[in-house]
Amino acid sequence: MRRYVDFYLASMKVAILSQIQYSVANYFYMIGMITEPVIYLVVWTTIAKQEGGMTGGYTAGAFAAYYIIWTLVRNMNIVFTPYGWEWRIREGQLSMELMRPIHPIHGDVAFFAGWKFVVILLWLPLAAILSWIFKPDFDIRWMEVIVFFLAIWGAYLIRTILLSLLGMITFWTTRVSAIFELYFGLELILSGRLVPMTIMPVWVQSLSNYLPFKWTFFFPIEALVGTMNDAQLWAGVGMQALWVASGVIILNLIWGFAIKQYSAVGG
Amino acid sequence: MTAAISVSKLSKHYNVPEREGGLKAAVVSLFNRKYRAVKAVDDISFSIEPGEIVGFLGPNGAGKTTTLKVLSGLLHPTAGEVNVIGYEPTKRSHDYLRQVALVMGNRNQLSWDLPAIDSFELQRAIYGIPVTEFMKTRDDFIDLLELKDLVNKPVRNLSLGERMKMEIVGALLHRPKVLFLDEPTIGLDVTMQRRIRAFIKEYNHRWSATVLLTSHYMADVEALCKRVIVIHHGQTLFDGELSALVTQFSSFKTLGVTLPNPEADLSQYGEVLTRDGARVTLRVAKSKTSQVTANLLSDLQVDDLTVEDTPVDDVIDSVFTSSEELK
Repeated sequence: MRRYVDFYLASMKVAILSQIQYSVANYFYMIGMITEPVIYLVVWTTIAKQEGGMTGGYTAGAFAAYYIIWTLVRNMNIVFTPYGWEWRIREGQLSMELMRPIHPIHGDVAFFAGWKFVVILLWLPLAAILSWIFKPDFDIRWMEVIVFFLAIWGAYLIRTILLSLLGMITFWTTRVSAIFELYFGLELILSGRLVPMTIMPVWVQSLSNYLPFKWTFFFPIEALVGTMNDAQLWAGVGMQALWVASGVIILNLIWGFAIKQYSAVGG
Repeated sequence: MTAAISVSKLSKHYNVPEREGGLKAAVVSLFNRKYRAVKAVDDISFSIEPGEIVGFLGPNGAGKTTTLKVLSGLLHPTAGEVNVIGYEPTKRSHDYLRQVALVMGNRNQLSWDLPAIDSFELQRAIYGIPVTEFMKTRDDFIDLLELKDLVNKPVRNLSLGERMKMEIVGALLHRPKVLFLDEPTIGLDVTMQRRIRAFIKEYNHRWSATVLLTSHYMADVEALCKRVIVIHHGQTLFDGELSALVTQFSSFKTLGVTLPNPEADLSQYGEVLTRDGARVTLRVAKSKTSQVTANLLSDLQVDDLTVEDTPVDDVIDSVFTSSEELK
């Protein structure tokens, strides 16, 4: 256990040092990423204003709060992608990682977790500017802050597991971009990334209850800016833990098959 | 003594999809895909004693890297048994991975953007190396490879040779008992190759490490390996001392003759390989070497004469050629 803590701390340090080297590039990357929520925000606040100040239970200020927190959650949700898996198998990088006495996914989790600290630091001024422009309605309790803090890391782990599972398809075939695109389409609709889930049709909301996507976007955002009571907040964290636990079991199971399949094509 | 590496009847076969060129064949392959079995490694056996440095030779596609990957636990064999320092590599136990290293000349594991010293720290954490032991090993290696002025520079700013030296330090910080070196000097200049060879030799000597080395540079093999295993088309062609390989497969010797008359015709004595001013090199059948030498000395005025074994490169080449002819 101590070795893992040591490894995580060392990996996170390397990630932070690497990202600081590229802080300007990172900033432009984040600014680029903000385009997506700003478009959603402008569209939905306009609709809310046209419908007398509220649509789907959200006021313009509530939308602003939702999408400003969205930007942080989206950055927390950046993980090693299936395209990255494709690259590291094709380029032989995975072979070097497999020679280490630690699972490559620990390396991914640790590296991107370190990156988050730089991201959060860079996000703060952007969030301040967005708040100044869009005037969000924030009414936040301490319990919501605590649950939000746990939920963004829960979301990070769930998304890491999901995208790792997807990425591991490349053990069998190295060109699977079409499958990845299908996944990202489903995620967009069923996670709360496009719009808050409560605005979606009832059948979509029901479907999303049985899938992991909403625990990676909608739940963390709603935990901070929504109206959930304490029991609902902790139940949400529980659901995230359940998805993480089942994801780890499935990941281990598939990894066992995948590693036997590995042909080290790239070196 | 128990072998450090023991390989028995190892095979690794792949099913590779194949089709004719052209659109029609591409469409047909969608519905009726054909596969061809490729025997990357086919029934090879060998064992290596602890502390030995063995050269693993063969042309491209011979099965060298595949064998190294099986030994290091990256690939599952199709058949056969492999044991390395008491472990079955395919189980990939962490204890096993902590005691071996695979260094590939064209692969990087150090962070591109950071000074190598930061990446070494990550290696320490990965392998759980005690801090004092880590610092001592790191500093020793830095001294041996003369890297003191470079460890604080971002890896991306280092030359290929400097980077390779850093990669080797990073890969060996945990002091592995077994090294699998796949073309560790590829693309490096002669000085850098020499330095890396010297380092490998010193590492082997200091830690009694077992080394299995592939290289297309015969200078690496000659400098480091007393014993070589030659494979071709996945099968072993030779396993023994390098000197025995030369004796067994070289039926020629090379004579170097320096004459006062550079125009003299020496073709009657043997095959003229090169002519550089007054210096001529001849290839002569091993059995006729003494006779030809005597004839040269009695027939001509000779300023200098040397008799050498065929260069190892040429011997290896003749091994592969003879195996092709036997097919």
